[in-house]
Amino acid sequence: MSKIIVMTSGKGGVGKTTSSAAFATGLALRGFKTVVIDFDVGLRNLDLVMGCERRVVFDFINVINGEAKLNQALIKDKRIENLYILPTSQTRDKDALTREGVEKVLNELSKDFDYILCDSPAGIERGALMSLYFADHAIIVTNPEVSSVRDSDRILGVLNSRSRRAEQGLEPVTQQLLLTRYDPERVEKGEMLKVDDVLEILAIPLLGVIPESQAVLRASNVGMPVILDEVSNAGLAYSDAVGRFLGEDIEHRFVTPQKKGLFSRLLRRSA
Amino acid sequence: MSIFNFFRATPRASAVQAKERLQIVMAHERAGRSGPDYLPMLQQELLAVIAKYVNIDENKVEVKLDRGGDCSTLEVNIELPAREQAKAAAAAKATEKPAGNDVGAAKRPAGGAVGNGGAKKRI
Ligand SMILES: Nc1ncnc2c1ncn2[C@@H]1O[C@H](COP(=O)(O)OP(=O)(O)O)[C@@H](O)[C@H]1O
Ligand SMILES: [Mg+2]
Repeated sequence: MSKIIVMTSGKGGVGKTTSSAAFATGLALRGFKTVVIDFDVGLRNLDLVMGCERRVVFDFINVINGEAKLNQALIKDKRIENLYILPTSQTRDKDALTREGVEKVLNELSKDFDYILCDSPAGIERGALMSLYFADHAIIVTNPEVSSVRDSDRILGVLNSRSRRAEQGLEPVTQQLLLTRYDPERVEKGEMLKVDDVLEILAIPLLGVIPESQAVLRASNVGMPVILDEVSNAGLAYSDAVGRFLGEDIEHRFVTPQKKGLFSRLLRRSA
Repeated sequence: MSIFNFFRATPRASAVQAKERLQIVMAHERAGRSGPDYLPMLQQELLAVIAKYVNIDENKVEVKLDRGGDCSTLEVNIELPAREQAKAAAAAKATEKPAGNDVGAAKRPAGGAVGNGGAKKRI
């Protein structure tokens, strides 16, 4: 039986797709057979971030409608063993996501995969609801910014009332915070909410803090999950977060302004 | 090539790659926007034709696509059964199927959903 994770936020543009790509890749790198599913029907983007956009033949909706077999729609990552992408449809709308259809596909994937990662669309409508309904674990992607924090709280409410686990009175979906686009320098200047502020308000455990990083744009430009950029802070922060998700005890990095290294201090002195 | 190289030392800047990738994928999307998505139907009809001659397992059909700027390649891999079986199957099918090229009428294996998907598109 596989574990189902939803990457969700309520708000759009906070880093769900970036985080889904990074997380799925990180789980696969650690040897878990992982599939990442794009639930953003009509606005397909995970394929671009994963760099497989040219290879999409069939999609999630084709499989739900019985127009293609699951194994025909799954795209095997060319770089990483154990990593698969299930792209969504670019032409249909969210009504194509029926609960029965989604369940059927997830059940079939469950036989084969260790982790199923669902990349939620923004909002709290059908696509978002379907992506979280069957989840065992929720990763709440939040930016240190007022509207994002509020929307995250709203999604926590939805998870607690409208997920399968809630409806069937099972053990609740686990909820962890992934604070992304964090800028320690602005935090220090008092211009941005601190990690602790957000934690206090949302009151869920902290999975990781992903710094604002230029590496993210560079990675999406070339279609490579940023976690593979092992020299970037964002990549390392995602790696740590995956480790924590798997139960490892890893200290948080990149939450305070980076000390100027010896090299740059020397440079400055000589300049 | 290490990942480090991939990010730092590629000959083309990442923004150039971004533009090229977008141009390719969006050209295909815009072209496809007018008509129906033909791939599910194409696959289904292709399989129906082949199924007239050999037994095929739908789970052993692999469809790969690589969209390029100038041309795209569609690769369909169908695992055929052993030769003897194939002959026998072909003979059997030939007698049980009406003649003609009505691929839509070809018998589908279990799970008629595939047929429905194609039929919907034909309208
Ligand atoms: N840590 C980060 N640093 C800088 N930019 C980021 C970071 N995380 C995400 N972004 C950028 O934010 C935008 C939205 O990210 P995306 O993952 O598509 O969000 P969502 O899926 O939640 O809509 C993208 O342009 C992405 O490159
Ligand atoms: Mg997204």
